[in-house]
Amino acid sequence: MKKQKSIPEPNFNRFDLLSDEIVFLILDSLDDPLDKKSVSLVCKSLYAIESRHRKILKPLRSEHMKKNLIRYPFISHLDLSLCPVITDSSLGVISGYCKETLRSINLSRPRFFSHVGLSNLLVNCRNLVEIDLSNATNLKDLAAASIAEAKNLEKLWLVRCKSITDIGLGCIAVGCRKLKLLSLKWCFGVGDLGVGLIAVKCKEIRSLDLSYLPITNKCLFQVLELQHLEDLILEGCFGIDDDSLTALKQGCTSLETLDMSRCQNVSHIGLSSLTSAAGCLRQLSLSYGSQVDLALADSLQKLSMLQFIKLDGCQVTSSGLKAIGICCVSLTELSLSKCSGVTDEGLSSLVTKCVDLRKLDVTCCRTITYASVAHITNSCTSLTSLRMESCTMVSAEAFILIGQRCQFLEELDLTENNIDDEGLKSISRCSQLASLKLGICPNITDKGLIHIGNCCSKLIELDLYRSAEITDSSILAIARGCTLIETINIAYCKNITDRSLVSLSKCSKLNTLESRGCPLITSFGLAAIAMGCKQLTKLDIKKCQNIDDTGMVPLAYFSQNLRQINLSYTSVTDVGLLSLANIRCLQSMTVLHLECLTPSGLAAALLACGGLTKVKLPLSFKSLLPPPITEHLEYRGCVFQWRDKAFQTDYDPKSWKLQLTEEE
Amino acid sequence: MDPEDKICEEDTWIKSSSSHESCEPPNNQPLTSFDSLEQKMDGSSFLDYGTTFDEQFPGFNQPSVAHKINDKNPILGKHYNQMSEAQPSNKVEDWDPRAILNNLSFLEKKIHQLRDMVHLIVGRREQVMGQRDQLLVHQQQLITANLTSIIVQLISTAGSLLPSVNPTVSSSSAIGSLGHFGGVTNSSGFFPNSGIPNINNVNKVDLSNQTDLTGYCGAEQNCSVEDHELKSDDDADEGENLPPGSYEILQLEKEEILAPHTHFCTICGKGFKRDANLRMHMRGHGDKYKTPAALAKPSKESTSESMLIKRYSCPYVGCKRNKDHKKFQPLKTILCVKNHYKRTHCDKTYICSRCNAKKFSVLADLKTHEKHCGRDKWLCSCGTTFSRKDKLFGHISLFQGHTPAIPVDEPSDPGQSSEAPKVGQMDIDFKSSAPSGSAFQNAMDTKFSGDDSTSISQLNFDTSDSGFNEFPRPPFEDAGSSFSFLLSDAYGYPPKNGRYSNSNDLE
Repeated sequence: MKKQKSIPEPNFNRFDLLSDEIVFLILDSLDDPLDKKSVSLVCKSLYAIESRHRKILKPLRSEHMKKNLIRYPFISHLDLSLCPVITDSSLGVISGYCKETLRSINLSRPRFFSHVGLSNLLVNCRNLVEIDLSNATNLKDLAAASIAEAKNLEKLWLVRCKSITDIGLGCIAVGCRKLKLLSLKWCFGVGDLGVGLIAVKCKEIRSLDLSYLPITNKCLFQVLELQHLEDLILEGCFGIDDDSLTALKQGCTSLETLDMSRCQNVSHIGLSSLTSAAGCLRQLSLSYGSQVDLALADSLQKLSMLQFIKLDGCQVTSSGLKAIGICCVSLTELSLSKCSGVTDEGLSSLVTKCVDLRKLDVTCCRTITYASVAHITNSCTSLTSLRMESCTMVSAEAFILIGQRCQFLEELDLTENNIDDEGLKSISRCSQLASLKLGICPNITDKGLIHIGNCCSKLIELDLYRSAEITDSSILAIARGCTLIETINIAYCKNITDRSLVSLSKCSKLNTLESRGCPLITSFGLAAIAMGCKQLTKLDIKKCQNIDDTGMVPLAYFSQNLRQINLSYTSVTDVGLLSLANIRCLQSMTVLHLECLTPSGLAAALLACGGLTKVKLPLSFKSLLPPPITEHLEYRGCVFQWRDKAFQTDYDPKSWKLQLTEEE
Repeated sequence: MDPEDKICEEDTWIKSSSSHESCEPPNNQPLTSFDSLEQKMDGSSFLDYGTTFDEQFPGFNQPSVAHKINDKNPILGKHYNQMSEAQPSNKVEDWDPRAILNNLSFLEKKIHQLRDMVHLIVGRREQVMGQRDQLLVHQQQLITANLTSIIVQLISTAGSLLPSVNPTVSSSSAIGSLGHFGGVTNSSGFFPNSGIPNINNVNKVDLSNQTDLTGYCGAEQNCSVEDHELKSDDDADEGENLPPGSYEILQLEKEEILAPHTHFCTICGKGFKRDANLRMHMRGHGDKYKTPAALAKPSKESTSESMLIKRYSCPYVGCKRNKDHKKFQPLKTILCVKNHYKRTHCDKTYICSRCNAKKFSVLADLKTHEKHCGRDKWLCSCGTTFSRKDKLFGHISLFQGHTPAIPVDEPSDPGQSSEAPKVGQMDIDFKSSAPSGSAFQNAMDTKFSGDDSTSISQLNFDTSDSGFNEFPRPPFEDAGSSFSFLLSDAYGYPPKNGRYSNSNDLE
């Protein structure tokens, strides 16, 4: 600024040369919200331009709503899902300032508003096309009737609005004729009549979520007559069964995605009649449904376009898998997570046919071995995602094949596997790797992880939960090589010290750090993280006994984006807890087994942290905290979870592993 | 005896009677409501009840020795208990007349007691003149309470027979008798094949509730059969397809159809609605009309066999039911002709006093409507009401711009609905005069009868002139805690069961 003043023409602002449009374009290309913030702080004109540029607002609290809306006059998308409290008066403020500019509003989390405020909002903001009212369990049919006033509405989420009945939905059906997306998941009050009316009145519907509704075939007939329906979710609709589906004259031709998971009463018979006309079906989910056998595979035969099948939790047979492989050759995505009956034979014959497979999930298919992995890696070389948590029969050599043959992998979940350093070395060839999960892999050491750190520069997420052999040198290599890392889990890696944290503090994008049960970590390391990782939003330092108040103070000062913290079993006292109140974003706090915590200190901290939405506290404090304080906090939108857990001393990792094997 | 003593007595009475009707609240509200009911007995159905009730028990009017009420009560209670316990063990496959006899003898005893009590009161009234007003009220309450319990018992006796009776009901005479309680009591002899298990049910479970329900059932069945009959006037014979000429066509004139009486005395010219009444009247004209043959119902066989089948034509020219119409469809009976003519070609002069909207030309139609009026809880924005939700949704899907109207929001706290039983509602249907167990019915009535100002004023908030948007804000439920409950609910569905018990579906 001083330099500017030394320029001969002090009244001239160089940024005035840039037109608004150009600055808008520049702002468009800035992805990081912090960068935009920096821009706005440069000078008044940029501040004003940035204010006019911003379209999306996601406030943490509703108290400053008015100020925010005055500053940003062109907000079209308002996401209030982080606000714990939104009252009718806040909705009044929004409707007063946003008016016609508002196109989308998310009210999926906050409570305390009623149909009166909602009606006010919808009358004033007539251009609203998207409303998310999920979890508004208190809203009744009157609220639904006020939603019906939004004639231009195209997307509506009513997940878990259990008090809305057919009558309310009927109002919406009549009022919102342009609806394209509607989610009624868990709206238990809605039945055949309401859904049927939606299908009759809202002909534009593209996407319909009817999960867990007490509906039967009656309304399904009407729903399937929708001309544009592409996406239909019927998860857990127990009222739909084979008998009704076989009566179906014609299926929906436009359907692209069909989710029939947990439909216990639908077998291959019903499915085949449902899919007989749906020739362009691309995605199909039959999770937790009937047995996957030859008959079911036959019903998929007509679906030549099928790209994604999800069969999680099903009983599968080898012949069924083989037949799926034969009839669905264009498959790109397959999920067999937690399926029973997946054998080497079945899986191998399937993957040898589906060479285009991009994503494969064989989580907890415990019987597959090296043979399966060999076939997968041999035929599906373009795999981008492989999730094989808990495939304990797969031998260490198999993981070498993965690294050698599937070099496009971006996501790899090897939790609880027998992978060793040789495997890791091979996998480090997958240079695109963004997410790597190596939790509970007791055979890996620094030697293997250093290879990962050196080669996988695009790594964003790394999970080393209970991989007890690793030490600081791995983390050093990771922090040096994977600078984009955002999430790291080093829980119960007992050898990790402050050195690791200091090195991780160089990773400026780090937002999630889980270092539970690392006894060597101290406040010093935490301070380094706090200073280096400004984006930190989630921090778990449970059972880091050496962290005390001196770690909290820098955290409170530097980590202004921290939202969630777990402080259980640390040595933090009242002072440290109170200092955390400085973090204005802090929403969730777990404070169990803090020996030096007093009720008054806790009360003061809770009162000072204005944005808290969830606090987990020991049950013993429930009677010690003055009732007016808890009431006040609840009024502010804070939910208390009282826990009565016995003080645990951590298991020795070896004995923990032993316990795991006993359980199996 | 001084009045305080009497009040004690009365209390015990009420208690003992509440042991029969376990739901009856100890205060006097239901009794007074019955009181008001009696005073408002201008509705014809009540008249029916009153008269038939009197006729039913003419034999019990002889005077008998007055007993002390207190002495009687325990016996009465015991007797009842014995009965109710005895019934379940008495499970016979076929109808057991002894059970009915039991019930009837119990009723008889009860009526005896009641009459004794009235005697007592009559006796005392002359002695104690001072505290009359208060006494009178109490006495009246006492008697009405007892009457109520007797009626309830009667209905339970008869009502328990009803479901098995239903298939046999086809003639209009049986239908008519069902509506009246006297007729129902008679039905023990009327329908000898009815099953006993129903009676067991009635006695086993909470009597008052059951009886109320069965009473309700009876009324419902009655009206549904009636409905059917009404329709059959116009439609049922369409499928008959009698070849033209195979029947004799009669056409009554307009005046004949609309004449209030159809049976006229040939001697004095007095008119009657029913032939039976005419026959009774004829007795007065001489002994020759008193023979059993003259009094007996003219037997059907003798007349119908000799004659050609009779069918009727509507005198209104151009009507489909007129014999000159191209697609003439004859009417079956004179009653059909009357109802058809009134419905199609006459003004609708009977207006429902409750909704002031519906009009009828046949009195029976109005009565049928009044039974349902205000209970059509499914309301469209156009003002049309429906008794069934699916009918409303069918209507809405047919018409552009019609939306389901949200009725009065449920009372905001659940306690409110439980204190909703109202005196004002009691006079609508006879069945609600059994005070216990009808609270639910009443609560329902008030919830959905938006235009009934008396019922709304009973609720604590005033809704008569406020729009939907101004209703009191309902209290919040705990969203957080309800989540887990919801999930468990979600998985709790019966797996292979087409129907769900939808909590919002009150039907």
